[in-house]
Amino acid sequence: MASLIGLYSLIFGLCFSFLIILFSVKNYRHKNTFDNKIIYLTFLQLFFVVLSFLGLIASFVNSDFSNETVFNHSHTTKPLFYKISGTWGNHEGSLLLWLLVLTLFIFLFLLKSKKQAKQYRILTLLFQQIIIIGFFIFIIKTSNPFNYIFPVPNEGLGLNPILQDPALAIHPPILYLGYVGSSIIFSSTLAATTLNYISKDWAKHIKLWVLGSWIFLTLGILLGSIWAYYELGWGGFWFWDPVENVSLMPWLALTTLLHCILILEKRLVLTSWVVVLSISTFTLSMCGTFLVRSGILNSVHTFANDPERGIFILIFLFCLIFLSLFIFFFFHKVKNKDTDNIFWLSKETSILINNWFMMYFLTVVLIGTVYPIFLEVISSEKISVGPPFYNKLIVPFLIPFLLVMAIGPNLKWIKSDLKNKIYLLIFLIISFLLSVLIIKKLNVNFLINTILVTSAFYLFFITSRDFFIKKLRNLSQNIAHFGFSLLILSILFNNIFSTEIITNLKIGETFENEKFKINFENIEQKDEQNFKAIIGKFNIENLDGNVEILRPELRIYNQPNIVTSEAAIKTNLLKDRFMTMNIIQNQDYFNIRYQIKPFMIWIWFSVLLIGLGGTMSLFKIRYED
Amino acid sequence: MKIKTLPILFIIIFVIMFFLFFKGLQNSNIYTPQTNNEKDIPSFKAKMFDIDNEINSEEIFKNNKFYLMNIWASWCLPCRDEHIFLMKLSKQKSVEIIGLNYKDDNKKAKKFLKKLNNPYKIIFSDKDGTIAIEWGAYGIPETFLIYDKKIIKKIIGPINDESFLEIKRLIQ
Amino acid sequence: MKLIKYSIIIFFVLNFNLISAQDKKLETKITKNLRCLICQGQSVYDSDSEFADSIRIFVEKKISEGESEKQIYGYLKDKYGEWILYEPQFSKKTYFLWLLPILMFVLGGAIILKIFYLKKN
Repeated sequence: MASLIGLYSLIFGLCFSFLIILFSVKNYRHKNTFDNKIIYLTFLQLFFVVLSFLGLIASFVNSDFSNETVFNHSHTTKPLFYKISGTWGNHEGSLLLWLLVLTLFIFLFLLKSKKQAKQYRILTLLFQQIIIIGFFIFIIKTSNPFNYIFPVPNEGLGLNPILQDPALAIHPPILYLGYVGSSIIFSSTLAATTLNYISKDWAKHIKLWVLGSWIFLTLGILLGSIWAYYELGWGGFWFWDPVENVSLMPWLALTTLLHCILILEKRLVLTSWVVVLSISTFTLSMCGTFLVRSGILNSVHTFANDPERGIFILIFLFCLIFLSLFIFFFFHKVKNKDTDNIFWLSKETSILINNWFMMYFLTVVLIGTVYPIFLEVISSEKISVGPPFYNKLIVPFLIPFLLVMAIGPNLKWIKSDLKNKIYLLIFLIISFLLSVLIIKKLNVNFLINTILVTSAFYLFFITSRDFFIKKLRNLSQNIAHFGFSLLILSILFNNIFSTEIITNLKIGETFENEKFKINFENIEQKDEQNFKAIIGKFNIENLDGNVEILRPELRIYNQPNIVTSEAAIKTNLLKDRFMTMNIIQNQDYFNIRYQIKPFMIWIWFSVLLIGLGGTMSLFKIRYED
Repeated sequence: MKIKTLPILFIIIFVIMFFLFFKGLQNSNIYTPQTNNEKDIPSFKAKMFDIDNEINSEEIFKNNKFYLMNIWASWCLPCRDEHIFLMKLSKQKSVEIIGLNYKDDNKKAKKFLKKLNNPYKIIFSDKDGTIAIEWGAYGIPETFLIYDKKIIKKIIGPINDESFLEIKRLIQ
Repeated sequence: MKLIKYSIIIFFVLNFNLISAQDKKLETKITKNLRCLICQGQSVYDSDSEFADSIRIFVEKKISEGESEKQIYGYLKDKYGEWILYEPQFSKKTYFLWLLPILMFVLGGAIILKIFYLKKN
């Protein structure tokens, strides 16, 4: 029943697209004021998509296995929370979520853009509808969440246990609000370009959407990394896996766009950057969707492979690209009258350098991700592009990037001088000395690490100083940049100071080294709703006599029949203790991996700070309105 | 009339990218190491399965006939499925079947053979899996057809009807 | 005399520990750069599969035989193809991979220079 409602709501929703287009075109040509009926129609379309989505959720909650999607991805013994989140944990359901965000955002946009020109609003709506119709057709034709199977099975195939985790449950909705939310930036920029509507006021208006999308995308990526750390058991949080890269690329473009919009709001510069970046952000999101869902890439979390879906998205994606290219080259008028006399030492320059470096990082990630595909097509050879590639190409460039990030905000517009800027040099020396002190403790890659830590410290000190000197001016920028410096510092120290031991232990045995002693006390068994757990109890005693107890688990799930290893993690402000336990075939001992990872919580916290900076900027908009 | 080189350049780039992606869709994303060049067999030393002796790869593959080396273990389910093909092939005079017992418990392996019969002329053990690595194998079962100290064909996964017929054809 | 004998033994044991610590570091470095072929997106270092286990033992053996990092990569590349290496080797096949981003960086810088700073001629 719920599935039936879901299916018909979906079809109604598509019909509304045509109604919307009809009314919009009529309103565009004829009357002078915006026809509010259009907003009602947009709302109705949203309503039906929501209804469809709720129908799918209901089918999951009721374990309605006559629905093929529910059969493939759910099970009666799954806890309720994961039955609900399983709705969007699969290909079809997640596409419905795409559609939900697409229709939601255009509705909100129409509500919030009442002060803008009618033609602009309608054109934005039309461009968005092109995307929406594309997705409706994609879902109904190739990825229908409401397929009926007969005879109705008694039980489903279950949801992969590593997906049954709270962080992963909310990761897609939040990520999509960012990722898919950039569609509205895409549509409105195309509309503004066509109508020659790009101006400082337009930038002010679109800033809300850019910020909103950016905040959600940042949080979404953070959640994904947190999930990877807590759930996947390898102790890392970023692997340069294609699916991770695919979420990072829109983020890089969106961050650059954010900087350009913040500038465009005040001075009429960088309009071409703004248009190109708006188009690129959403294009990269779509491209990411293609790479992940078409089966073209091999990665940890690709969805089910289906070439037909791949071809559809590919064609859809390139239609959007060619449309954007056409509009950009045909309609865009360069309006950079405020850039005629920039001096090399100025705020404009530092923004340009920022854009330059960000685009370089984006290029690295993009090329690293798609090159293996192209190489295989051309030469039938398969290569892997993994973390060493990205580290080698990105890390050296971080050094100048961090330095400019520190100095830039302290320069004036158009032309800056070096008066009263001696503090810039002093802090550089302090950072350098501090880094040398810290790095000297180890012999790891002395030079590159020192310089990296120096630059990160530099940004850290300069932004801290800015808190005191500038106080509430540019507070959001300060917090975000400070957060970024903290992020780099945390990652660097985590990398440098992490230690790990791997050993095999039988029950009752002890492992000992100069820093700590691990005793394998016992094994406990526990039965849960959909799995059996084998829990090991380990006593860890370190030099000063402190004892921590860690309990890593092995879980044997019933449906699907998978064994997973759950890490035991003890977190405090200074470090995380991370332990995993694994069974060795045919033996009576366990393989234990114990890691000490400093500053993990600071990594998460610094990303939150970055997001906070953006959120404060958002509130500033509200306040000014 | 200004010649718009930039837009045309972009269009060309994107059209090329489209075709590359399109062709990329047709390729499978599951990786199988190259199986077409004829490679020499690795040289190694291994412990015999049933007696406590070491044997040399030279001794195993010394004759001028076909050898079929099969990587198996008692804990491997698809190995049971392909066993019947191995039994059939063991009756052929032109080929000798060699077994590589992979990361297995001797007792369990012997039970496996007792239950399903033994097609292997010689069996040796690879307790830590390093000999399989010398052969470039990464999972089990895998089977190698050898002649004149060269690998002629490699079969990844259990032998099925198709590969069985292919092997029969090649050993004539 | 006994003192000398014991000192020599202790010296060797200590050195042995130092050597095996270096070996362990090298083993970690190498296995983190190898792809586990039967897992989805895990390195040999992180994976618990049989294959990864065997590769780790194999690498350990090769290191103790004195082989260098490059030799071990070459050996495994020979058996399994380049896909097993996470760091793409710099060869004809990968010139574009490594150089195109750098090229774009230089190009980007040149364009910015031209548009914003060099037009006042």
